Amino acid sequence: MTTTDNTKRVARLAELREKFGRHPVEPQEKHYQGGSQRDRQPRFCGLESGHRACQGCGEALAARLVMECAGPDVMVANATGCLEVFTTPWPQTAWQVPWIHSLFENSAAVASGMEAAMKAKGKNTKILAFGGDGGTYDIGFQALSGMLERYHNILYVCYDNEAYMNTGIQRSSSTPHAASTTTSPAGAERMGKRHLKKDLLSIIAAHHIPYSASASVAYPADLQRKVRYAMGIEGPTFLVVHSPCPLGWKHDSHVTIEVARRAVECGLFPVVEVERGAVANVMPIREVRPVADYLGMQGRFGHLMDPNDPRAVEELTHLQALADYNISHYNLRGEGEDPADTAGITLVARDRAAGES
Amino acid sequence: MREALEGSQAIARAVALCDPDVVAAYPITPQTHIVENLSKLVAEGDLHTEFVSVESEFSAASVVLGAAASGARAYTASSSQGVLLMAEVLFNIAGMRIPLTMTVANRAVSAPLNIWNDHADSMAVRDSGWIQLHCENNQEAVDTTIQSFKIAQDTDLPVMVCMDGFVLTHTMEVIDIPTHAQVRKWLPPFVFKRALDPSDPKSLGALVSPDFFPEVRHSHHAAVDKALPVIEKVDASWAKTFKRDCGGLLTVEGPEDAKVGILAMGSTVGTLRTGLEHHDGPGAKLIKLRAFRPFPADALRAAVAGLDSLIVIDRAISPGLGGILGSEVKSTLYGMPNAPRIHNHAIGLGGRDIPESIVGDLLSSIEDPDAPAFSVFDADLSMLPPEDR
Ligand SMILES: Cc1ncc(C[n+]2csc(CCOP(=O)(O)OP(=O)(O)O)c2C)c(N)n1
Ligand code: SF4
Ligand SMILES: [Mg+2]
Repeated sequence: MTTTDNTKRVARLAELREKFGRHPVEPQEKHYQGGSQRDRQPRFCGLESGHRACQGCGEALAARLVMECAGPDVMVANATGCLEVFTTPWPQTAWQVPWIHSLFENSAAVASGMEAAMKAKGKNTKILAFGGDGGTYDIGFQALSGMLERYHNILYVCYDNEAYMNTGIQRSSSTPHAASTTTSPAGAERMGKRHLKKDLLSIIAAHHIPYSASASVAYPADLQRKVRYAMGIEGPTFLVVHSPCPLGWKHDSHVTIEVARRAVECGLFPVVEVERGAVANVMPIREVRPVADYLGMQGRFGHLMDPNDPRAVEELTHLQALADYNISHYNLRGEGEDPADTAGITLVARDRAAGES
Repeated sequence: MREALEGSQAIARAVALCDPDVVAAYPITPQTHIVENLSKLVAEGDLHTEFVSVESEFSAASVVLGAAASGARAYTASSSQGVLLMAEVLFNIAGMRIPLTMTVANRAVSAPLNIWNDHADSMAVRDSGWIQLHCENNQEAVDTTIQSFKIAQDTDLPVMVCMDGFVLTHTMEVIDIPTHAQVRKWLPPFVFKRALDPSDPKSLGALVSPDFFPEVRHSHHAAVDKALPVIEKVDASWAKTFKRDCGGLLTVEGPEDAKVGILAMGSTVGTLRTGLEHHDGPGAKLIKLRAFRPFPADALRAAVAGLDSLIVIDRAISPGLGGILGSEVKSTLYGMPNAPRIHNHAIGLGGRDIPESIVGDLLSSIEDPDAPAFSVFDADLSMLPPEDR
């Protein structure tokens, strides 16, 4: 690439940031009501509004939060799934960065090729790979492992909504134990999924990559800090974002964030950071909730809520034990007030955590 | 420069001459020597490329897809089970019209497991929308490989260069390898207009509803069809510079007034040619089909004009139908006035040796009025239990 090419490219990128970045609108009066919340966000907007996600979709929110920190000098390889489908109904697209969808199980490998192309051409555009839990825990698992082992400079983000949502809520290896899905339905003989949620993060950690972490849409400041951190690392990084799906989890669309928060607060979804295979940091839980607080909000666990059904009581006890195990394994129980715990972190402004001024 | 090289080694050298930005491949017999030779060229500093040693053929195809979509000249190679494992990605590459090159070292497909040569693998993905070119010998394989990079970027389509496993990949041949300077002069740098670029964001691989899908398929079909003159033009331009050609879409040789023709693809053509030279009796025309996709219907009709009989040799079958090439030739010639009678035979399946003497057997078989419309010609039915014959 010649210097003039590069100058042109840099100028064009600045222009795009200008065009698709959102600029803060100064409030004219004390209680300024004009403009949406989003219009006041001073961030690059890589994933535009107007796409076709369901109301309250955790995955759409998570992807937007990731893109705000990542763009505009990035390129995305997106696996088949809800995110892919709701953002790109031809001839429309919600993406303001180069984006490619190939197949369900190869986003990590397509991203590997994109990264190799950047290397060959001497560009430092960062490559992102996106997949749902199906595309990551299950069918794309091999390609992901290969990508990590080959040490590509890629940030892989798994939007974990704990089932195959795009095809109508079928179980994946990320679906929690006892959750009812269309292929693990609760019935007279079954209490939903009979197997455990795969501990993907530990498997990822076993690749000894520089950085892997879990995050939740309930804690955007934490999520964005992690994206920033991963973006700065030269090498493979991995982020799994817990993203409630109102349709599949069967909760109202306005409680997405509350559901996500309770998953963390009860210990069923530990929010942790792993560096080179060892746990480096966890988000402490200020007040641990019983799992029933979380499960009770969702129809997919409705069959566990009958105190007169001994099978329900047994499964509920089992899930509580799993949460308790996570809490002791990762040492999640907070010791008093901490600005970075489940209560403190919600007070941190996203833009500050994301390093934007 | 003329050098004695193994087919695979020559292909690796040819690929290196084209300065690929990204190479991704996974070993499988009989393609392995190509990947090994490429790795060696990289290790010795003779090839500067991003060599991605993937964990499967599925990822190999995905890597070159991502690389080419990002504006890189990309190359991969496979065989048999590897091609089938890639199948989903191959359709995807073609559907997105991403230009890149892949060598298929043709091999039978399991079960039963068999590592030897036939065309079952590339035939299994014939409807993927790739260009498929077949090579008679290693010189053609080298020349076609270099040409394929140009054809790909001139058509915005992926190109499969098919060469017979073992028969070509593992055979030493004296090959004229062009110099790097010659190839650089002949082959323009890689350009892909729709390449992903952050300074001009585009989305590739969108969800296309029934409102647009038939149009997409129509234009894909038209694009592959329109590759016909490009393949010819590129071969002509190659001939002008390098003083030899690969036969464009197809070639016809033999006596002008011959009433019988034999049509084949790949290295079988060479065996048949020698067989015909040694065969007494009225000569036959030999038609070498180089372009299998796009299928050169007009050129084929012209090539068979005047023939009473045409023997079509298949190196793969579609069980329950018969020969694949045979069926395609029949449908192409359907309705043509005075079309020759087609005799369709599969030979050399799973690497069964094809002797030169088979030419005599093929030619005498057309005299039999009771001959079946299709046969696995060299199968020894006495080896089978009576109920399987
Ligand atoms: C090889 C293959 N098998 C099956 C499918 C069908 N399919 C498309 S998306 C999907 C599920 C996606 O689930 P996930 O990755 O969790 O993403 P989500 O839609 O939940 O965000 C399935 C099964 C496919 N596209 N390709
Ligand atoms: S089904 Fe779930 S994941 Fe898919 S768009 Fe709707 S809310 Fe989002
Ligand atoms: Mg999912």
